[in-house]
Amino acid sequence: MTTNGIAVLSQDVTKVFGRGDTQVQALRGIDLNIRLGELTMLVGPSGSGKTTLLSVITGLLDATSGDLVVLGRRPAELSGEDLILFRRENLGFVFQQFNLIPALTAAENVAVPLLAGGVKRQEAVARGEEFLATLGMAHRAHALPSELSGGEQQRVALARALVHEPKLIVCDEPTSALDGGTGHAVMELLSATAVRPGRAVIIVTHDARIFDFADQIAHMDDGRITSLEENRRMVPPQLLRH
Amino acid sequence: MNFVALKMLVADRAKYFSLIFAIAFASFLLANQVSIFIGIMTRPASQIQDVVDADIWVMDPQTLYGDEVYALRDYDLYRVRSVPGVEWAVPLYKGNGRAKGPDGRFRTVILMGLDDATLVGAPRKMLVGSLQDLDQPDAAIIDKAGYLYFFPGQPLEVGKTLQMNERRVLIVGISDASAPFQSFPVLHTRYSQALGFVGRERNLLSFVLAKPTPGTPVEKVCKGIEAATGLRARSTAEFSLDAFLFYLRNTGIPVNFGITVIIALVVGTVIPGQTFYIFTVESLKQFGALKAIGVTNRRIVGMILLQALVVGGTGYALGMGITAAFFARTMNYLPTRGIIFPWQVMAAVGVVVLVVVGLASLISVRRVLVLEPAVVFRG
Repeated sequence: MTTNGIAVLSQDVTKVFGRGDTQVQALRGIDLNIRLGELTMLVGPSGSGKTTLLSVITGLLDATSGDLVVLGRRPAELSGEDLILFRRENLGFVFQQFNLIPALTAAENVAVPLLAGGVKRQEAVARGEEFLATLGMAHRAHALPSELSGGEQQRVALARALVHEPKLIVCDEPTSALDGGTGHAVMELLSATAVRPGRAVIIVTHDARIFDFADQIAHMDDGRITSLEENRRMVPPQLLRH
Repeated sequence: MNFVALKMLVADRAKYFSLIFAIAFASFLLANQVSIFIGIMTRPASQIQDVVDADIWVMDPQTLYGDEVYALRDYDLYRVRSVPGVEWAVPLYKGNGRAKGPDGRFRTVILMGLDDATLVGAPRKMLVGSLQDLDQPDAAIIDKAGYLYFFPGQPLEVGKTLQMNERRVLIVGISDASAPFQSFPVLHTRYSQALGFVGRERNLLSFVLAKPTPGTPVEKVCKGIEAATGLRARSTAEFSLDAFLFYLRNTGIPVNFGITVIIALVVGTVIPGQTFYIFTVESLKQFGALKAIGVTNRRIVGMILLQALVVGGTGYALGMGITAAFFARTMNYLPTRGIIFPWQVMAAVGVVVLVVVGLASLISVRRVLVLEPAVVFRG
């Protein structure tokens, strides 16, 4: 299936949790196009359905109804094993709480997606170190997560999301655990390294300070997209210098 | 991903070592108690097992085990000899007497009266002296433990005397007899001499020891003896088992050891199981992240099983090492001589540990398998 420059095509997607009296409609007919080469933010108050939508897009949750195409594939049509392989090859994740493995060094954490893909340990860790170096973290490659600051941990998480060259990066509140300055620096780095032609970035956030980094902002409330805003993405200074 | 699993396992040293020590402790307790149990429970058969020349024990039909004997009549020996398939049969006296040392200390002893002509049933291993010296008047062979009781701190040598039934007992040899259940000293003497040492008994014939003719099955000869004489005939293995079962059914020993073994099993299952489960639960976010990233359930199950195997294997090895060291230390100690660490126990404990860590990890595996990877998006 061709992508035509579209990373995610969502038409009337719904998601319902529970049954009967305990039923909760988390998504109510989501129509959304997320384009390759752009950074899209899903914003809105808590409980608006942002994270549910992100989970559905990444195949971690099944949509209840509607049509969802991600990178030319319909997650609903993929079997369990195929879906895992699809995620492993095409998606990169950045989590709110970083979710680094405390026992592994920064470079080893970065190497995890490569290891999951069958790359040998030595080669995977070497590539992890190289990737950390491109993010200015070469000197911290052998540090454990507990020895890193919040900003450093998020940079390691970003490296882990990018190391296997996925086509879609999803970030869940990447700056919420960071102070303003550090969050801004992380966003600059993310914007500079993650957004590329042929790759899309989706960020779930309610941190208004980083909205300037978005090409497209989908405002959500009560399981719906209430407005879709095209934005002029702030280009990170390091890219401007080039 | 194996190295990730191992690094996750050893990262929390306190939990890692508590897991290993729990399994090591449980393994040690299991192996130690089962080995001691087997050692003690085989002791009632020590004097049966020590008789290697004969294969068949003939006794009163109501005999329960080897330590309680009702004497046969002398002619029973000839009746056994007449049974087809019996190559030879000799008398054996087995009873208890009281021996007194030169300094006045006394003990009940197990007295074995051997056939004068053949000395069938003699000790398997002599430490000092010779079997042939039993031909001397009042001669007896005593086991090492008994000798050291009556002559503490003295070198092992022949020529010393004891007193039994107001008669002199001349020690002409020191044997390495297997330890009896009650840890009584074991004396071997001639059949004709035994009466003098134990006092007046109408009949001395405790057992008839017999040997089947070459090529005749022991069981067949036993049946023949029973049919022809009305007596009870048992092979050495069967008679040993009788003794084992008697003590098993009529003493509190199995209950006592059983409780310890159950405690070891509970400790060995619950503590590592709980610790391993907590370890997994605390790592759920990490497993969730791995699942989201694209690590398959099969891979994650493999990681958890590897962790369980490493913990179980290390704990088991440590437990077996401690058990082996324990028995290496005690096997030459007289009261615990003969109690060893059989390889079968080691293997059985290995299987138990495998089951225990398997169960413990299964609970953890289940928790990870049902984990929604979307959990990683919940802060």
